[in-house]
Amino acid sequence: MKMKENKRDNTRRGMTLSEKILAAHCGRGNVEPGELVFCRVDVALGNDVTSPIAIDIMEKAGVKKVFDPDKIIMVNDHFVPNKDIASAQHSKLVRDFARRQNLTWFYDVGTMGIEHALLPEEGLVVPGDLVIGADSHTCTYGAINAFSTGMGSTDLAAVMISGMTWFRVPETLKIIYTGKINPYVVGKDLILHTISKIGVEGARYQAMEFTGPVIENLPMSGRFSMANMAIEAGAKAGLFNGDSLVEEYVKPRAKRPYRMVRSDPDASYARVLEIDVSDLEPQVALPYSPENAINVSETGNIPIDQVVVGSCTNGRYEDLLEAANVLKGRRVAPFVRMIIIPATMKVYRRAVDEGLFQIFLDAGAVISTPTCGPCLGGHMGVLAEGERAVTTTNRNFVGRMGHPASEVYLANPAVAAASAVAGRIIHPGDL
Amino acid sequence: MIFKGKAWKFGDDIDTDAIIPARYLNTSNEAELAKHCMEDADPEFVGKMRPGDVIVAGRNFGCGSSREHAPISIKASGISCVIAVSFARIFYRNAFNMGLPILESPDAAEGIDDGDEVEVDTERGIIKNLSAGTAYHTTPIPSFMQELINAGGLIPFVLNKGFY
Repeated sequence: MKMKENKRDNTRRGMTLSEKILAAHCGRGNVEPGELVFCRVDVALGNDVTSPIAIDIMEKAGVKKVFDPDKIIMVNDHFVPNKDIASAQHSKLVRDFARRQNLTWFYDVGTMGIEHALLPEEGLVVPGDLVIGADSHTCTYGAINAFSTGMGSTDLAAVMISGMTWFRVPETLKIIYTGKINPYVVGKDLILHTISKIGVEGARYQAMEFTGPVIENLPMSGRFSMANMAIEAGAKAGLFNGDSLVEEYVKPRAKRPYRMVRSDPDASYARVLEIDVSDLEPQVALPYSPENAINVSETGNIPIDQVVVGSCTNGRYEDLLEAANVLKGRRVAPFVRMIIIPATMKVYRRAVDEGLFQIFLDAGAVISTPTCGPCLGGHMGVLAEGERAVTTTNRNFVGRMGHPASEVYLANPAVAAASAVAGRIIHPGDL
Repeated sequence: MIFKGKAWKFGDDIDTDAIIPARYLNTSNEAELAKHCMEDADPEFVGKMRPGDVIVAGRNFGCGSSREHAPISIKASGISCVIAVSFARIFYRNAFNMGLPILESPDAAEGIDDGDEVEVDTERGIIKNLSAGTAYHTTPIPSFMQELINAGGLIPFVLNKGFY
């Protein structure tokens, strides 16, 4: 279905990644920014916070069955293992629905992980996919060359019913990263720095395309962090071209056939931004906005109470390894709590197998089972009034991790670990 | 629809954690969510506002999480509509999908002061500041959005189109 007259292909022009994937999912040769299109989606995702509303909407609409039990994925990850009776009711509601509907991919305590780390790891999202999720960080799958975006529960319900929903084709902001990357600088720092340059609405309604020589060599863990935080710049999606690193990650995992997508050299962009990273240090985003990122050496003397390493942004094995490399042979400072949260059970097992747990325990950190938990002030590390945390999560809004008068400083895993050891925010190289 | 009420002003980048803090996301009950509407932006808000009142905000209203609990808590609190300089993408989408009237108007958002009496005609896109005696015209709602509203939201729209 189309909302605007289809322009014929004889005026074919280059397309961005987003335009190509959206066009392919509404059966068109091309689409233009600003057009409203109805698309068939490959995967729709819900969690224990957002699914209950979608389930209620679907059932109130009198629809008995989801359109395809292979394509609706539900993950109980926000408040699990359940933090209180109310959240246990939510998890149960999702669990009962998954059982009743025979959902092929339902993840609960024991198999679950934080949804945006889990789906790529399980090969449930593949390059070229169109994915919607009732969670704002659904944009994470742009790292594996998919167009994925966060929506609300009503959108999830619409897809549960019909397999389709509407999209406004976004303009694209292309960012080219150049220069030489410094030690301890990872994907998290690139995206924090980018948000500090363009602001929290710098890419509002737009898609971001991350490109350039720095990106070509950036490992997948860093790409996931970058795509994940595209929403923090207001973006609809944050995408990477399909390349050999994406192929290497996806090939052994993919549960469906796929075709990688690259943007055309003559694609048109709303804006092209070049960022030279040569002078960039690890970044720290000060409260209360992700756009407040500065070089870690410029933060001054900031004592801290808690450190969290985890979340859909930085809870992958490589993230834990970066923290472990800093913690090895060191102890967390007195009066500082350090909480490590492997994002999935596979990450958890690998961290055990490769000796990371030993390092964390020796350092005096605690290790939680996978959960979104403290990132949104849910459980497993809620902050008291006046407390300050350095975390590898994605948002530092007022009250995000607990009391409205607590503070969250966003950083990469090495900075978080170094700060835990020093008891204040510090560059890992200065330990 | 024409709404009349008092304006409650908020600044830029009011995020969904300020609209409905995550500590209340263990419920999706509308009345419960309404009790905590805007709590981390103004803890006294729910006690002060009256049904029919209007939220007037700056840029990027509703940024952050995709939680539909945010527009639900606003609607259930009795707020009739939200006027802002601009809205974050997911909030904008959620509001239309679940039927909370929102209007983008930088002029009105800047021209209306806290406590002003305002009258909003959502169909004609006219916002009147009754206290100041001024009026603002907003850009009309895109025709597809109007289709959604006419259908009664996204779900009836999808059901009517027979997509399933």
